[in-house]
Amino acid sequence: MEAGRSPNIEILSNADFLGLEGKPGAFTAKVRLRPRYINADKCTACGLCTRYCPRHLVDDYNEGLAITRPIHIDYPQAVPASYFIDPRACLHLQHGTCQICVPVCRSKAIDFGQQPEERALQVGAVIMSPGFGRISEETLAKFGFGKHPDVVTSIEFERLLNPSGPFKGEVRCISDKRHPHRIAFIQCVGSRDLGCDNGYCSSVCCMYAIKEAMVAKEHDPEVEITIYYMDMRTQGKDFDAARRRAEEQFGIKFVRARVADVMPWNDQLRLTYATLSGSHHFEPFDMVVLSVGLEAPKDAKGLASTAGFELNQYDFCKTSTFAPLATTRPGVLVAGAFHGPKDIPESVTQSSAAAGLAAGLLRTQRGQGTVTKSYPAEQNPGEEVRIGVFVCHCGINIGGVVDVPGVAKYAGGMEDVVYYTESLYSCSQDAQEAIKEKIRQHNLNRVVVAACSPRTHEPLFQETLKDAGLNRCLFEMVNIRDQCSWVHANEPEAATAKSRDLVRMAVAKARHIKPLPEQTVPVTPKALVLGGGVAGMTAALNLAEQGFESFLIEKSGQLGGNLLKLDRTLQGDKAADLLKELSAAVKKHKLITVLTNSELAEVNGFVGNFTSMVRTANGKKASEQSISHGVIIIATGGREHVPARVLGKEPVASKKIVTQQALEQQLAGGKAKAPASVVMVQCAGSRGDDLAYCSKVCCNHAVKNALRIKALDPASQVVVLYREMRTYGFAEDLYRQAREQGVIFIPYATDRMPEISAKGSKVRIDFYDPILQDQVTMEPELLALSVGIVPEGTKELSKLLKIPVNADDFYLEAHVKLRPVELPVSGVYVCGLAHSPKPIEETIVQAQAAAAKAAIPLVKGHVEVEPTVSHVDQEICIGCSLCTSLCPYQAIQMVQLENKQRRAQTIVASCKGCGICASHCPTFAISMGGFTDQQISSQIEAFGREENRND
Amino acid sequence: MTEQTTNPRILGFLCNWCCYAAADAAGVSRYQYPPNLRTIRVMCTGRIDPAFILRGFAQGAAGIFAGG
Repeated sequence: MEAGRSPNIEILSNADFLGLEGKPGAFTAKVRLRPRYINADKCTACGLCTRYCPRHLVDDYNEGLAITRPIHIDYPQAVPASYFIDPRACLHLQHGTCQICVPVCRSKAIDFGQQPEERALQVGAVIMSPGFGRISEETLAKFGFGKHPDVVTSIEFERLLNPSGPFKGEVRCISDKRHPHRIAFIQCVGSRDLGCDNGYCSSVCCMYAIKEAMVAKEHDPEVEITIYYMDMRTQGKDFDAARRRAEEQFGIKFVRARVADVMPWNDQLRLTYATLSGSHHFEPFDMVVLSVGLEAPKDAKGLASTAGFELNQYDFCKTSTFAPLATTRPGVLVAGAFHGPKDIPESVTQSSAAAGLAAGLLRTQRGQGTVTKSYPAEQNPGEEVRIGVFVCHCGINIGGVVDVPGVAKYAGGMEDVVYYTESLYSCSQDAQEAIKEKIRQHNLNRVVVAACSPRTHEPLFQETLKDAGLNRCLFEMVNIRDQCSWVHANEPEAATAKSRDLVRMAVAKARHIKPLPEQTVPVTPKALVLGGGVAGMTAALNLAEQGFESFLIEKSGQLGGNLLKLDRTLQGDKAADLLKELSAAVKKHKLITVLTNSELAEVNGFVGNFTSMVRTANGKKASEQSISHGVIIIATGGREHVPARVLGKEPVASKKIVTQQALEQQLAGGKAKAPASVVMVQCAGSRGDDLAYCSKVCCNHAVKNALRIKALDPASQVVVLYREMRTYGFAEDLYRQAREQGVIFIPYATDRMPEISAKGSKVRIDFYDPILQDQVTMEPELLALSVGIVPEGTKELSKLLKIPVNADDFYLEAHVKLRPVELPVSGVYVCGLAHSPKPIEETIVQAQAAAAKAAIPLVKGHVEVEPTVSHVDQEICIGCSLCTSLCPYQAIQMVQLENKQRRAQTIVASCKGCGICASHCPTFAISMGGFTDQQISSQIEAFGREENRND
Repeated sequence: MTEQTTNPRILGFLCNWCCYAAADAAGVSRYQYPPNLRTIRVMCTGRIDPAFILRGFAQGAAGIFAGG
């Protein structure tokens, strides 16, 4: 929606990419726009055409589980909100007949004369984000898909769960529409499977299976769900907690087994599966969900050759660890699942990062060609209230149920209403002109539109008000479609009465609405970056490339953070190379000021205008300096955990027990020697010991060290004791490689933990081998513990910045999925290990994304503030500071007046307009713009006025 | 009184970000529900002053619905 509304984003849907010429900063991209046969500017998305279209079409959007028409829109929130005609099924386009839709469309939007159009776009950078492809039906057929209707893919199941899906959110068997009592999920379908050439792990399926299972349980608590898996890979932030919830609260069963076969069994399906011990079992289910993997997009090869970049062995985009979003062609970037299978937060992070990188490429051309709209000067509304009411038919969407002329006439009889009318589509372009005209003609200074939802259309009408020289807050919208005619479709009289009531309430409010100032706050175009590790350095460099100054604050004496302790990445890249390159670039850049041995002592201010005290230790002395900046990027990182409990017991001290990081350092360099035997223990201290969460990188770390040992000495014995190997994504290949090279991986269960003991110089480990089904004792030369990662200093910093942390002390983002690098306090961003444990590649992307987000206010030079914010009347305020403690956004501060009295004051740049302060103020000193006590009270009073209820 | 109980007038305060959005979504999915609710949109249920609720009852609401 937001992208669709931006004047600087042009969305070319239904388009093909034909070619790319030129160089970074000056590309010409050729695209072909396929005709949609509907004029998108005229289409009002009323849906009448779909209702009249006589042809049926399998609904691709609903995974073929529902039927739609050739003329349709995929889903109501689609952008652009315009219907289109699928030429494959349209009677007119195929046979030259029909055309029923043409006279049906009241806004005359249907245009069968449209032809394909080729366009050459002048662009500076290209971002490839074609998403992912589907696992072949051949692979799915191994599990009975296509043969038995009740074997569905997880994507189909997702549609079944959706309220706008084929059964309106009810889970039903496809075969006979019964509610399934038993559902099985089969993991790793089309992933970790060399049979279909997908050696990698799709990373997201374990988590989405858990989510789908929990949602299904919410729909029907009686349903029994079992998930059959190889390793539950819930390595993301807070994912393990969700998995525990699924098991403990929802009663979802997890069975570690491979499913061999799905066969019909009476009216059910019978699963044959083999567990770790090698025994076979049978289990009947009503429905089987295949957790399908993510494949490279179908036309990846074509896209790569058209745009001139390379693919990896699985046809995903080829990239490198240290430049994760760069394709092999300069100026062409990648974001999302085409980079490798990934979930929503990571895709959103990547897209922000890619946008930031593109902005760096286009730096010299910044601001050229951007569209900024100008408006006529705002008129003073004057004392007299003159309300105009516009009631919309929305085709037949409202008019077919509600007596629109009656409602309009009713509104006309209300106090201060000087004009009323009805329109067919009040959102159409000509209706906007009409509204402007009527504002002028009747000197209107309040506008009420009774139509659809303000959530979707308020900005449009407010724009019209601005065009007419009225403050946009002199507008009130009444929702008589989404929340009236659509939900009371069979009760026209009641719906009309409700519309009248709602209009009456809105007019009552409108009589009290006031113009609110459009506020902007200037921004100091500098950034404070906390932490000089890979995340902080990447973020500072990125900002510098975009032309912004930053202060890089590092606690220790040198830049590098955890990079200093790493030898190589799993992919074999040398950490020292990255460190050298990054720190040299950071030190050289004129826009970056590096402050080592420094810490943040104090922060004041708000987005755009922070003032921080930074304390720098200089030998025994410390000096402090004040820095002004507009944004803060937190990249304070994490460190290897020192466990207080290992495998449920006190840790054993021995020289032969080391951490994976220490082992890596031992194995580094040309002269390193491999130990003759090593046992690695995963999740030592994590996932239930001191740390509740999974640290995401330890399995990769173990595989990396195991491979290094095997490379140094193939005869060396390496045993890895694990709970679940979480070598997600392409790291799965290296896990397989390790097994091929003779590394032995043995799973252990939490109710039968391995036991570590030390005697003299020897270290011993006892564990149960589920394949041998026997207890095993080993005395290895070295015992390596994967101890996990903890965040560095988040407790202190979170208090300083008033930013919440999660249960594991990692910073809590503003929105996990949609705003993954922004923190709840405006102008503060997070990246790297301070956000959650993650490998270098993901840290780099996240740092780029944080820099991209932080650059937004810096580029603009100001922060726009919604006018609907709180306002404290300091004459009435008694300075109790209740509001400051209640405000969830730190948007109210106490200030001292000239007469020394303490009074509350809103920081408009931080206020989100929630109104908690206003409802709690004991002296009613706080008013909420657009939602004042007077306005809401008048709505309540109007609700009570029933004089015209029964006419 | 009988009419009141069979056809109660309910006043709702809906949070713009969740419940109001959900009410829109119910419309998009064409769910049908009784037409007794009259709503006031707020930016957060935190905006609801207890006085609003009392005032609603005083104005004849049979029930107050706060959705957030």
